[in-house]
Amino acid sequence: MSATTTNSYEAAKVATPAKDDGGLWGYLRSYGQRVRSGDMGALPAVLGIIVLTVVFSAARPSFLTPLNFANLLTQAGPIVVLGMGLVFVLLLGEIDLSAGFASGVCAAVLAIMLTTNGYPWYVGVAAAVVTGVVIGLLLGFLVAKVGIPSFVVTLAGFLAFQGTVLWLLKEGTNISVRDEIIISLENEYMPPMVGWALGALTVLGFAATQLIQQRNRRRRGLPAMLWQVVAFRVIGLAVLVGVAVAVLNEERSRNPLFSLKGVPIVVPVIGVLLLLWTFVLRRTAFGRHIYAVGGNREAARRAGIAVDRIRISAFVICSAMAAVSGILAASMARSVDPNTGGSNVLLYGVAAAVIGGTSLFGGKGRVLDAVLGGLVITMIINGMGLVGWSSAYKYVATGIVLLLAASVDAFSRRRAAASS
Amino acid sequence: MGTPLLELRGINKSFGPVQVLRDVAFQVHPGEVTALVGDNGAGKSTLVKCIGGIYPIDSGEYLMEGKQVHVHNPRDAASHGVEIVYQDLALCDNLDIVQNMFLGREKKSGMILDEPTMEQLAQQTLAGLSVRTVKSVRQQVSSLSGGQRQTVAIAKAVLWNSKLVILDEPTAALGVAQTQQVLELVRRLADNGLAVVLISHNMNDVFAVSDRIAALYLGRMAAQVKTSEVTHSQVVELITSGRSGQLGLVEEGAAA
Repeated sequence: MSATTTNSYEAAKVATPAKDDGGLWGYLRSYGQRVRSGDMGALPAVLGIIVLTVVFSAARPSFLTPLNFANLLTQAGPIVVLGMGLVFVLLLGEIDLSAGFASGVCAAVLAIMLTTNGYPWYVGVAAAVVTGVVIGLLLGFLVAKVGIPSFVVTLAGFLAFQGTVLWLLKEGTNISVRDEIIISLENEYMPPMVGWALGALTVLGFAATQLIQQRNRRRRGLPAMLWQVVAFRVIGLAVLVGVAVAVLNEERSRNPLFSLKGVPIVVPVIGVLLLLWTFVLRRTAFGRHIYAVGGNREAARRAGIAVDRIRISAFVICSAMAAVSGILAASMARSVDPNTGGSNVLLYGVAAAVIGGTSLFGGKGRVLDAVLGGLVITMIINGMGLVGWSSAYKYVATGIVLLLAASVDAFSRRRAAASS
Repeated sequence: MGTPLLELRGINKSFGPVQVLRDVAFQVHPGEVTALVGDNGAGKSTLVKCIGGIYPIDSGEYLMEGKQVHVHNPRDAASHGVEIVYQDLALCDNLDIVQNMFLGREKKSGMILDEPTMEQLAQQTLAGLSVRTVKSVRQQVSSLSGGQRQTVAIAKAVLWNSKLVILDEPTAALGVAQTQQVLELVRRLADNGLAVVLISHNMNDVFAVSDRIAALYLGRMAAQVKTSEVTHSQVVELITSGRSGQLGLVEEGAAA
């Protein structure tokens, strides 16, 4: 048997044409094929970012300034983080309608710990995140073990957590947050040199992991990505990061007496979360099992995956990320009030994930989607604010964009089903 | 012939008041394809699920290679080298071939998934089964044809040094050419030394590929015979009435 295995392995190498057969052109062609067959990935979100940038900077030149760029990133913070958590729940084909107010509850816990009880910031953050984890455990238990549809469980949670925020804030008082560390998350900027250093580290880290991965594959005789494609990706990221850091390191202050420049602190925070959760989803068995449960729950069960545990953990991750989102929201507003995490926050979070390319039907999505989609959503809010449109229009426009994203999702699903 | 790889003796299984399996005996030999036939509701699926550990048996003996074993769940069955390929395939459309083949049993180095190793093993397994129809093992399963999916499901089952592979109607949804491919694959599994159980309604498939035929009739094992010793119509009789000439169940109600 062992002799045949080595032979057959040679045969397998012949049977599987290496991806670089067609060269760079072949790579592009296969990408085009993927897009046509419904797997559009980040394309809609990237196009959205480009279109919105063009439209809004034509309407209001102030849209395309370093000052507004920095504002955009800080505004996007809570939405992106909430969206990242929601990706996990959406990957299972579930929904968490309570994530917005869960973030409110966690923010209230943070404010009470810091301001009312005077604990240091890390105790407040830990308390908020633990609150998120407990909420997630409760939701996950009700969905996975009791068997109530997530839509109903989290709709109930939506109401109950809204009440909990009110109760925590004594029927509607406003607790201000004064802790410097927490405030700095959404209101402070890194020194320009630190920005450059972190940017360089990001690009180098990405390049190194890509190179090591591809070299490993080549060494084992597995089809690997073309070097040109790897180089293209690394250079693309380098340009993107370089331009962003350069713009953010420009002087934004209109007041000559004090300086305002640097990358917002929230950017590396999001970067670390993006890295962490992308690693979990892409490189660990746990992440693989989340995709499996979202793709075919019965298949996952038969493969010996503890489906209930996976479903509960997705809700725990979602609510814990909602807690982080609440912390960022508290930092941005410098206070927590009964509306923190309320009104359209949840919708923005879901929209961020879906616009980025995460499917509402489960099984398809990335954490990066929430970042790209969150930027699109924030650009709409921010740009329409600059143009001077009222909230009425903003809500309608955001709703339409969410619908558009969902129809792209539904369309690509149909397309994929038809092409198989 | 030696000891059978799997031997069941006196298996009973009831769901509430309904007794689905009555005193079933069943043998599977390595290197052979054993066809499990029977009409709808005869108990084929239940028997297979009992073998696979999905349903616990009420009573009876379960022997692997002559030794009695206890199978309470799918993991137990897998640890004895029993793998089942279900009719609905149990593949995740949103994952690629490698990911599906290793689902739930991923190779890891530390806590990180060892993708190159998994990809190599998947390629080797497919090549070992002389599978030529799959272009890349990194293809998403959603892009595969019915026959290719069946191939992946079968490859997934043999990846684990399994000794017994049970195929639940593997050709039911396939066209002529793909049926042929899958049947060849089934034959190759047995020729590689595995014990194969093939559940099928299609007599042509059964006669084309099996060494033995086991016919279930209303929850009882009507007969287990060599394929070469029976005819098409005898098997059909066994399936529809539980007996055929000398073969099959003794009519218990006849005397009364």
